[in-house]
Amino acid sequence: MAGSYPSVDVSAAMVTQPVAAGDWLVVAPVLITMIGGALCLMTRKNTDAQPKLGMIFLSLLVFANVGLLARVLDKGVITMVMGGWLPPFGIAFTVDALGATLSLIASIVAFTAGLYGAISVDHTGRRYGFYPFLLLLLTGVSGAFLTGDIFNLYVWFEVLLISSYGLLVLGNDRAQLDGAVKYGILNLVGTNLFLIGTGLIYGVFGTLNMADIAMKVSELGSPATGTLAVIAALYLLAFAMKAAAFPVNFWLPASYHTPNIVVSAVFAGLLTKVGVYSLIRIFMVIMPESREYMADVISLLAIATMLTGAIGALAQTELRRLLGYLVIMGIGSMLAGLAVGTNLAISGAIFYAVHSIIVMTALYMAVGIVALLTGTYSLREAGGIYGANPAFAFVFLILAFAVSGLPPFSGFWPKVMLVDASFQDGRGWLGAAILLSGFLTTIAMGRAWIYAFWRGGPEGTPDGQALALPAAQQGVFSAALWLPLGILTAMVIYFGLQPEWMFELTARGASGVVEPSGYIRSVFGDQ
Amino acid sequence: MRTIIFRTIAPYLAALMVLFSIFVLLRGHNEPGGGFIGGLIAASSLAIYGIACGVASVRRAIVFHPMAISGFGLFMGAAAGLLGLFYKQPFMTSQWWPIYLFGVEIKLSTPLIFDIGVYLVVVGAIGSIALALEERESD
Repeated sequence: MAGSYPSVDVSAAMVTQPVAAGDWLVVAPVLITMIGGALCLMTRKNTDAQPKLGMIFLSLLVFANVGLLARVLDKGVITMVMGGWLPPFGIAFTVDALGATLSLIASIVAFTAGLYGAISVDHTGRRYGFYPFLLLLLTGVSGAFLTGDIFNLYVWFEVLLISSYGLLVLGNDRAQLDGAVKYGILNLVGTNLFLIGTGLIYGVFGTLNMADIAMKVSELGSPATGTLAVIAALYLLAFAMKAAAFPVNFWLPASYHTPNIVVSAVFAGLLTKVGVYSLIRIFMVIMPESREYMADVISLLAIATMLTGAIGALAQTELRRLLGYLVIMGIGSMLAGLAVGTNLAISGAIFYAVHSIIVMTALYMAVGIVALLTGTYSLREAGGIYGANPAFAFVFLILAFAVSGLPPFSGFWPKVMLVDASFQDGRGWLGAAILLSGFLTTIAMGRAWIYAFWRGGPEGTPDGQALALPAAQQGVFSAALWLPLGILTAMVIYFGLQPEWMFELTARGASGVVEPSGYIRSVFGDQ
Repeated sequence: MRTIIFRTIAPYLAALMVLFSIFVLLRGHNEPGGGFIGGLIAASSLAIYGIACGVASVRRAIVFHPMAISGFGLFMGAAAGLLGLFYKQPFMTSQWWPIYLFGVEIKLSTPLIFDIGVYLVVVGAIGSIALALEERESD
């Protein structure tokens, strides 16, 4: 094999055309975070340099994702096969507008989390590896958004899970280990179901390439019978667990309030959305008939998820747990889009995913600042922030409006699209559930704002009185915490006021999965 | 486990195991073996040395923290895939630079770099776990 190949025609099995350097953008997000994570891991004893090194790679990641999205919008779906082996044998990275959009938003959120973590994660946390784990988590998340191979998707899930375990137990205290065990076991079960389903797919179709399976899946006959029904049910359960959909959502409120607040913020923003993304990818591109067959089930799951999320949020007095339930509520809304499955509905689900990634991360960050100012996460004990810092109270109110889906912020448009699509499809109950869950969320967030911000002090403070906040905590709220929160809040406002750009982007993402011929052509060429 | 026989033999055994692990790593390209299994053998040699002579002396002997070794392995693995960029080939396409030394062909290549990366990741990760467990026992 020395340099030249023996006299066989390798072009039947391998890529022989030169690959444009621009196509390397497809793997760039994975490579940048992996190399960055490795370098941060090697230097993790140098706790002063960690944030700088981490932020360099996180900003590179954002640039790479901007470039990737621009290239996808320009040239359509891009595929790169690892090692030059042609699909279905080589592992393909196939990036469409959906994957590139989510990857970009995820990297922006990770960038802000890196900024926030520079303040909120202490030197011990850095030595335990906050930045290496954050970067490697992004390796998993970006890999999952970009890959075109279903077993490879499993591998990226493992990468992000392992990194998330590390982040979850960053401080090693009892509550964190308790949360990590619940999180870990449930996720392991989900991952195993995913692996079993993938094994079945390989046994039936003899291929793991998503585009290849999509072409072969219709040969297997009706989605109601036999193996295909089993595979679809396994995948639905596995990714519902990952996404924290009803009735397998209980791990999320049990674990998301335990880690450092910036870790919660990243988890709330990114992890569950990878599950939703996988559901959309698998049930729209690979098994569209199974989705139609199970549409009523998914619709019921969506309604139950939205309502348990919203009602759970109403019942909480701990701010982080309250937000955990709101994450679940958002997952239900995205599932509603999947249940309807039209172009408009999937656009709405993608828009909602983008909105939810941004707004949930921002809310957790804001709640971290609430705890800095008042020293507590409890709604009974917090209070008086409006008097101390009206600007921050205003920012929190914006985020509360956005998460409830009120105009003029980013949560409004996806809800409009989802409700519209549900009614068009004759699923009035689904649309009603979206509206009701938005209403309940408004109450839950309004309650949080009234107690923690408007009330003068802890529970029992009479109206019209404002207690001074503990002076020691005032200085901690440094300008550096404004920056990440400000970036995210600005995006929330921008997407609310100027949604046209997002409409166009999500419409392209949706049409790419509703009619996946472009995706398949990108992998196998024109046949 | 501080018996005199074990303590006398452990350094030699550990050295031999590291040597053997490198042999397994290098033969792994076309025959059974490779970075993963080689790394496991090397990590067990660290564990044996730690049981016999104490974890502190292992940490002194390997100079770097095991997780840093692991990080370097990950870096090598990722970097090995990058070289295709300069040849206008996809990520992870293998590059070969055969050299002739004393009439024997030695195939230097990116798969070799990748395999050494895997070796270091496994040594670092498993070694780190083994040393941490042994440290707890001696407290």
